[in-house]
Amino acid sequence: MEASGQVAGATPGVRPLGVARRRWGEEAIRGALFLAAAVSILTTVGIVFALVEESIPFFQDIGTRFFTDDKWSPLFADPQFGIWQLLNGTFLITGIAIVVAIPLGLGSAVYLSEYATPRVRRTVKPILEVLVGVPTVVFGYFALTFVTPLLVQDLLNVQVTFNALAAGLVMGIMIVPTIASISEDAMRAVPGGLREGAFGLGATRRQVATKVVFPAAISGVVASIVLGISRGIGETMIVLVAAGLQPNFGANPTEGYATITTFMGATAKGDAPSGTTAYESIFACGLTLFVLTLLMNMVAIRFVRKYREVYE
Amino acid sequence: MAAPPAEAVAGSVRTSFESGRSSRGLEIGFKALLIACLSIGLITLAVLLVDIFVDGAGSLSLSFLTEAPSRIIPESSGIGPALAGTLWLMGVCALFIIPVGVASAVYLEEYANREKWFNRFIELNIQNLAAVPSIVYGVLGLAFLVRGPFGMGNILIAGGLTLALLVLPVVIVAGREAIRAVPPSIREGSMALGATEWQTIWKQTLPAALPGIATGTILALSRAIGETAPLIVVGAALFATASPSSPFDDVTALPIQIFGWVSDQRPEYGTLAAAGIIVLMVILLAMNAVAIWLRNKYEKKW
Repeated sequence: MEASGQVAGATPGVRPLGVARRRWGEEAIRGALFLAAAVSILTTVGIVFALVEESIPFFQDIGTRFFTDDKWSPLFADPQFGIWQLLNGTFLITGIAIVVAIPLGLGSAVYLSEYATPRVRRTVKPILEVLVGVPTVVFGYFALTFVTPLLVQDLLNVQVTFNALAAGLVMGIMIVPTIASISEDAMRAVPGGLREGAFGLGATRRQVATKVVFPAAISGVVASIVLGISRGIGETMIVLVAAGLQPNFGANPTEGYATITTFMGATAKGDAPSGTTAYESIFACGLTLFVLTLLMNMVAIRFVRKYREVYE
Repeated sequence: MAAPPAEAVAGSVRTSFESGRSSRGLEIGFKALLIACLSIGLITLAVLLVDIFVDGAGSLSLSFLTEAPSRIIPESSGIGPALAGTLWLMGVCALFIIPVGVASAVYLEEYANREKWFNRFIELNIQNLAAVPSIVYGVLGLAFLVRGPFGMGNILIAGGLTLALLVLPVVIVAGREAIRAVPPSIREGSMALGATEWQTIWKQTLPAALPGIATGTILALSRAIGETAPLIVVGAALFATASPSSPFDDVTALPIQIFGWVSDQRPEYGTLAAAGIIVLMVILLAMNAVAIWLRNKYEKKW
């Protein structure tokens, strides 16, 4: 009795639980770690600030000509500043890419999620990861020196060096792993019970894949496609190497087109002096690109959340 | 209250899932189609590798790795300065992303209260940063590091930091996953023995999460050394004849040298580009192999 009384009572030197001394060292470490996490916020703030700060004088000079001019030629003696030609190039090439990447990516995802044995999956997934890791300048080289001569010059018999078709096709291959891996994650997140239920009702593997798993994973599939498009819009090196620098209107895939990113890359390479409209136009293009990809990413995050919430 | 007749059930199943026998061909055809989709991606990768090897293998030699590029004599051109530049950039990048990335991951996993809006904001922000086009990071580097407030000029450290900001989300995401995989019982055991929060993290959680963090860091660095667009924007030298000897020298890198050669219309320079790509791909594949090996060797099932 006495012993237990001693433990419960106020033994000198033993603090009661829950009233710990404040540890300043711990607090300082916590603060330092928070600062590190805040670097990512600073990066975003920095990006927005850089883009907006240099875009303001650009839009003060140009005003709405960004949307009303026909052509994009900020470096010419008689400069024009219509963004539409660059958007035309960007969306034409991304469009070709996504037409390639959607069937290949979704087909790969369905196969890996619903058909492949664990062994095949273990072999194929690292190879797809390699495809993600290939630097885009390498894809650009491949488009320029392999796809263009073989497909555009020999097969289609159009004698051009820079064209949207080769750039778009190779960009499509680049996007395949993005679509495949996000879609596969979504399909594998569909609970086994749904599949077993369908199998139990006599459905075949194809029916389970297309009528049960695919619809159940649709928000993840949409997210993967949106992210794929956003990667295509932001891609620089493939188009800079293989699609040419000429701003252009139209939908003929065997012609060369400049995109938002190629203009930025080519102009920055030329070391435009600060304060000139040419230099500022890099930032205006960057802002356009940032807004486009940010919107798409927001949409994608929303879709991913949706499928995660349903089954977890 | 009799159960519905068996035929009726079977009939309704048929209407929703078609009939069994006639679809056998469809089943095989569908599977073949899926395999074809997967194969096209893999075959293109194989063709790309073979094509580059055929184009560039002839120009590979030891002197190619050490010599400087030449505008006049393609035969004696090499990637010496570019390779040295890439190694320097990796160093600068690693010095930044390892401490900052791991600290961010620890904060978000171990300290951040997800109820607080700014912690959720940090997470959303990291997701968004991962999707920002790489050339936009180049614009950030140009406006803040090269010119503007820091005004460093076109130097290596500015290029390296630009790449570091670009790949930081990769390290944070991998670090968080690795830390999350350490079971809470380890932390609780440590705390129960009287360790403070930080002692627990430093002596228990981080060592257990190290393989995952290392894998993520290697993958982030391998992404960084393949990036070309941001370096072009921050003003990398497309043609550099001397290796950098300090982080304050001009920035140059292997993918930049490759881009310079690809842009040159003369065919001799095309083969040099292919040879440069072989070296770059070998480095990347080696880094990926190390990362995968690390992951498989130290992956713990708790």
